[in-house]
Amino acid sequence: MSFEETRIKTLWDIPKEEHFVGGHSLCAGCTASTIVRHLLKVAGRNTIVVNATGCVEVSTTSFPYTAWRVPWLHVAFENAGAVASGVESAIKAMKAKGMIPFEKEINVIALAGDGGSFDIGFQALSGLMERGHKVMFVIYDNEAYMNTGIQRSGATPFGAWTTTTPVTRRIRGEWRTKKDMFDIAIAHGLDYVATANPAYPVDMDVKFQKGLNTDGPSLVHVIMPCTTGWRFEPRYGITIAKLATETAVWINMEYDRGNFSVTVPVRKRKHVREYLKLQGRYSHLSDLEIELIQQQIDRKVEEINRRAGKEVIGPLEA
Amino acid sequence: MTAVIERRKEMKALSTNKAVAEAVKDSDVDVVAAYPITPQTTVVERIAELIGEGQLEAEIIHVESEHSALSAVIGASAVGARVFTATASQGLALMHEVLHITSGLRLPVVMSVAMRSLSAPISIFNDHSDVMNQRDSGWIMIFASTAQEAYDSIIQAYRIAENPEVLLPVMVTYDGYLMSHTIEPVEVLGKYVSEEYIPKKQTWNVLDPDKPITMGTITSPDYYYEFKYSQAVALEGSLPHIIKADEDFRKLYGRGYGVVDSYRLEDAEIAVLATSSYYINLKYAVDEVRKRGIKAGAIKLRVYRPFPREQLYSMIKGLSALGVIDRSVSFGMTPSGPIALDIMSSYRYRDAPPVQSFIAGLGQRRMLIEDFVKIFEILEKRAATNSISEKSIFYGVKGVEL
Ligand SMILES: Cc1ncc(C[n+]2csc(CCOP(=O)(O)OP(=O)(O)O)c2C)c(N)n1
Ligand code: SF4
Repeated sequence: MSFEETRIKTLWDIPKEEHFVGGHSLCAGCTASTIVRHLLKVAGRNTIVVNATGCVEVSTTSFPYTAWRVPWLHVAFENAGAVASGVESAIKAMKAKGMIPFEKEINVIALAGDGGSFDIGFQALSGLMERGHKVMFVIYDNEAYMNTGIQRSGATPFGAWTTTTPVTRRIRGEWRTKKDMFDIAIAHGLDYVATANPAYPVDMDVKFQKGLNTDGPSLVHVIMPCTTGWRFEPRYGITIAKLATETAVWINMEYDRGNFSVTVPVRKRKHVREYLKLQGRYSHLSDLEIELIQQQIDRKVEEINRRAGKEVIGPLEA
Repeated sequence: MTAVIERRKEMKALSTNKAVAEAVKDSDVDVVAAYPITPQTTVVERIAELIGEGQLEAEIIHVESEHSALSAVIGASAVGARVFTATASQGLALMHEVLHITSGLRLPVVMSVAMRSLSAPISIFNDHSDVMNQRDSGWIMIFASTAQEAYDSIIQAYRIAENPEVLLPVMVTYDGYLMSHTIEPVEVLGKYVSEEYIPKKQTWNVLDPDKPITMGTITSPDYYYEFKYSQAVALEGSLPHIIKADEDFRKLYGRGYGVVDSYRLEDAEIAVLATSSYYINLKYAVDEVRKRGIKAGAIKLRVYRPFPREQLYSMIKGLSALGVIDRSVSFGMTPSGPIALDIMSSYRYRDAPPVQSFIAGLGQRRMLIEDFVKIFEILEKRAATNSISEKSIFYGVKGVEL
């Protein structure tokens, strides 16, 4: 397909056209807009976006305004996977009947927050993946329900404060660990699954390209720092995103037709403290708790290195 | 003209479920998504066979729930496809959220419902609790009384839903088991109805990359109300289009149903109103009680939303009493039958006959012609003694005196 010819290798290869434009009401410093802007640059104008309820949806389509220059549809919180399945099936049927020109390529993208994919939207996402629709599902993961005011989700990491895992006498933030969507998606038999980070736009954009070029469902799970819910100053969004990878809290990896790889190797890891200390949602953590989180990461890194067959994520900086 | 019509006709022995599947094929639907639930299941099974046999060229989406079934056909309809889904009971209840979104988005989705009771306790059998729970969801609701009517109504439903003056989803409902699983002779029209009566035309706003639009936005208090008002106006205003679709159908194919129907009402003093398959036995009961000297008539309500106020009023206005049979309960309300309530509130400023509400057949409690005769007798007695009650009569409940 057409994307192969324009493989993104540097920032200069990222298409100039904007299909996600200003005039929306996302918080200042919200990194969701960075992700969506890049997503649409890569996908181009022949794209239909199905958006689950959440921050992106409510902040970008306040009637009579819209920030979308591609056809866009929102139905509800939990059904982006199902709606996108319908969109894709309709295009197929209508092409077969000559109602849409056969050669017309239309990307179908489902876009959802962690709630609209990990939790309430999980069933519809699972159905979409299992049935094999040619849809790219993009999760922007701000690790809580931000639209309703920072409640925990299945993506909230251990130790994070949210309004439903408040720091109180008996609760000290989220006490469970994040659900693993990467392997859940692979277990559905997908050809292409990736995790991405807006602090590494070229890596992220290549993953969007590959996802769109997959002949079937694909899933790209993107970490998304949220100034309001993570409690940091708006200017630190990308800094924090970068630290997530540098500390290996977030690993940029890819599963491409059976091949696993880490696309952003880290030679020497920073201590997780560097990542946590910039965010108000972790400000209650004791040194002991931070060490506990560090140990969780160490274990994960070991596992990833074993899976990659070499040391792609290095040891902690001295 | 007649010669052409003759050529098109073909008689088949079909259950209402199979008749609906046949209508979906003849409507040349593009995308079908449905989830199995008794007694609807054989509709989609048959559609899958028709697609498999190459008789219908469509995509079938094997969704993982009814919520996703309706969501998927919304997505398909938003791109411009002609779509269909089917369900019943818990499945319809699970769709509740999405039913409102379908009508709010003004998408011409057509759905069949093989009506069934709601849990708890579980009953797979017939009553109308499922659809009555959805009466305020902004859909056009048509009750079919025969397999033939169900077939014809599905085809009419596309004509109505896709009418640019309407653009509302349509639900065609019929009695689970009593109709879904009983076989009747059905005259099918063949696929060219989709060229002749319901030609494919995208009359609604669709998602097209060449003309991008944003669909399903958020609104502020400055706009939401106007959307809902225009929806109310559209549903109210759809009635003449429903009537016209039926009349045009009759002209072309020789069958029409109106929005209400009646039997031996001309000189009737009392009448009983019923929906769906009950109307058929009610007509037999009319003949029976007339032999005993009771001037009785039967009324059928076919279109329930929009409510055919004037058409029904012209039928009932001269009666001395009207009985209304509901097959669901509006809990905590007196009377407890939703249709009876609708009729009473519709004509509260007019000279209308007293209404006696009957609840019957919940969970498919057996109703024979004798039972309809008894209902006429109760109504006759109450009318004669001026003792029509505000309370519903729960006909056929064990241990409750009438
Ligand atoms: C059925 C249903 N339940 C609850 C809600 C309320 N609700 C809207 S958005 C949202 C949270 C969204 O969280 P997420 O998917 O993580 O996206 P974010 O807001 O963080 O962008 C919730 C709970 C809803 N719209 N629908
Ligand atoms: S709450 Fe968070 S995710 Fe939502 S708009 Fe603000 S910064 Fe973005």
